Amino acid sequence: MREEIIVRVGAKVLAPFIIMFALYVHFHGDYSPGGGFQAGVILAAAFALLALVYGLEEVQRVLPPWFVRGCAALGVVIFAGVGVVTMLLGHNYLAYNALAPDPTHPEHGQHYGILLVELGVLVTVFGVMATVFYLFAGRKGQAP
Amino acid sequence: MLLTLLAATGFALLRIRNLFAVVMLAGVYSLLSAGLFTVMDAVDVAFTEAAVGAGISTVLFLGALALCGHHESKPGHTPLLPLFVVCLTGAALVYGTMDMPGFGEASNPVHHHVADHYLEESYGEIGIPNVVTSVLASYRGYDTMGETTVVFAAAVGVMILLVGGARARRARGGGEEG
Repeated sequence: MREEIIVRVGAKVLAPFIIMFALYVHFHGDYSPGGGFQAGVILAAAFALLALVYGLEEVQRVLPPWFVRGCAALGVVIFAGVGVVTMLLGHNYLAYNALAPDPTHPEHGQHYGILLVELGVLVTVFGVMATVFYLFAGRKGQAP
Repeated sequence: MLLTLLAATGFALLRIRNLFAVVMLAGVYSLLSAGLFTVMDAVDVAFTEAAVGAGISTVLFLGALALCGHHESKPGHTPLLPLFVVCLTGAALVYGTMDMPGFGEASNPVHHHVADHYLEESYGEIGIPNVVTSVLASYRGYDTMGETTVVFAAAVGVMILLVGGARARRARGGGEEG
């Protein structure tokens, strides 16, 4: 597959749009179907496509394995961190109303809170999917 | 129509011994399920099914196939006992559905617990139109955090299985890098 010019050019053209679409799915998750989980999967799929066409080493030069492993943990930290921040602001754990810039409209905080925790979900899911893909694709075949 | 296609794909999945075709058919199966979810107005679920089932898991299966070859050997036992167990379980499940209320009826208990509140009040309380997102991330924020942690734990498990194995082989001096 790595010598096929149509596949190579096609993957190169498609990948930025897939990444863009993942971000759209995340940031537009409040208004349309989708959210952090789907966005993370799509983002990982973009890099999986590149790895399939250009080889794992090329992709790992951009996204080293330690980075995606860190992402997997960082997302959980973001999610839990939002809860800690709302507690520090004097509300319950994960009560996003605390994040509102204008206290007279507490529901605005929900918007920021949801976006932030969904970002945490995105980062974790992306990191996990990419890690699992790296591990499977990186193993040298011991097949009969 | 979609259900018929699903059943046909499932049957083909069982019969085919070439695992490459099986992986492709599994992707088709996921895509058909996603279509089914869309027909039933569960767009978020359909989205996830299409992205995970038809997208990522196909790639992961292909990666696994590259490791283990793509022909399934014939099973060494008769299929009668598994068939019996499957029929028994299926019959029990069908028997269980007889007590379920009709699909989509307005008087179903699922529509009268917190669902009314979510559907009517969530725009005022959360301020975003997609009720699925507000339930997922706000009303059920703890659940979603647990879910994120589970996803992370899954990755840790895979890492322990695959990376740990490779390291142990290397430590034993087992030749090439695993």
